Amino acid sequence: MTAVFSIFLLTLLVITALGIVRTRNLFVAVMLLGIFSLLIAINFFILDAADVALTEAAVGAGISTVLFLGALALTSERERLGTRHRWLSLAVVASATLVVLYATFDKPRFGDPNAPVHQHVAPWYLEKTPEYIDIPNVVTAVLGSFRGYDTLGEVFVVFTAGIGVLFLLSARRHGAAHRPPGERDPSGIGLREHVIPRVVGRLLVPFILLFGLYVQFHGEYGPGGGFQAGALIAAAFILYALVEGEDRTLAAVPQSWLNALMVGGALLYGAVGLAGIALGSNFLDYSVLAANPVAGQQLGIILIEAGVGMTVTGTLLSIFHAFAARDRA
Amino acid sequence: MELLGLYHYWVFVVLLMTGFYAVVAKVNLIKKLIGVSLFQSAVFLLYITMSKVSGGTAPIVLPGMVDPLYSNPLPQVLILTAIVVGISTTALGLGIAVRIKEEYGTTEEHEIQEIDRR
Repeated sequence: MTAVFSIFLLTLLVITALGIVRTRNLFVAVMLLGIFSLLIAINFFILDAADVALTEAAVGAGISTVLFLGALALTSERERLGTRHRWLSLAVVASATLVVLYATFDKPRFGDPNAPVHQHVAPWYLEKTPEYIDIPNVVTAVLGSFRGYDTLGEVFVVFTAGIGVLFLLSARRHGAAHRPPGERDPSGIGLREHVIPRVVGRLLVPFILLFGLYVQFHGEYGPGGGFQAGALIAAAFILYALVEGEDRTLAAVPQSWLNALMVGGALLYGAVGLAGIALGSNFLDYSVLAANPVAGQQLGIILIEAGVGMTVTGTLLSIFHAFAARDRA
Repeated sequence: MELLGLYHYWVFVVLLMTGFYAVVAKVNLIKKLIGVSLFQSAVFLLYITMSKVSGGTAPIVLPGMVDPLYSNPLPQVLILTAIVVGISTTALGLGIAVRIKEEYGTTEEHEIQEIDRR
């Protein structure tokens, strides 16, 4: 039964992807991309990747759609010139497709427990997590502790991308009329004049925040962690900005706080790593953080997950504000 | 059943190449970024497909499970972080597209090249 369902979902994914490429209305393409993300999140869930499904649903279907729409508002909603060198491109893509398809016949069959990918370090992670770290969610254990270096690198990439967007979009526009401060800006008030979205939106925001915090702090026991929580908390504030307007969101959480979150999260992660050195062990070795190595590992994972959550929240919200502010500049 | 075991990989190939086609053939910069997103999602699907073990369950260790079989946690970790990195880099690309629109007045690659030639 699950097999039929997953074939149905995968086929739907292909149809959506073809629709995204075919349509020349970019607004439609972005909406379809949101649906695509939701479908692929369901697929991830069926494939036992609950953590990844949660991330994709929050980031792909939620925040990515909002950012694309923000960019469309600043560029144009339609592709004016469709395709260039259609037949040449099709020929290149078709031949590449054939090559990769040919390669798939050498892949281990789907779900094969003897596939090489399951023979390397993964069994060790599954076996040793209860002993070394003693938290139920092996994904969080690998993310935070066994492969903490990778995650540190990813956090810095997120941070760098956020800084890049702020650099690009905070430069003043050429020849744009500068609005005197204090003047009422009609486009920045969100949906404040529409009763139903406002009431429903305001009702949802605290619960999304609460769920974000739950995902952050329950990440050791169930699907969740800093990446998902950061995306959810950012989504709650974006929803608030959409229904109540940019200015009220920035009054509640000013940009300086977001900058502090962005930098503070990355620094917290780095500091936990350095604390390991200071206490006589290796960088990012948490077992020396507490008297008992297992408790030390758990403390380290909680701290770095908090750092990840802070950086992701700060970066995603800063990016959203940068696009939204550009709209009115 | 033998061929059914490859269906996930074929979907991966089609999605990958759909994204690739959008990047190569489309002229609009935003559409190219959408293509990059599709390409990226296809790679995510490949990794998660490889992590699945038949009859397995999500890698969350619960007490009282008799002879548990878990799917592979490692590809899941890699993709989990890659999704968030992906949206940040896509946002950077969108930022560049917005700045290009402001300077050149268009996001169509043709027209940008023509303005550059002048």
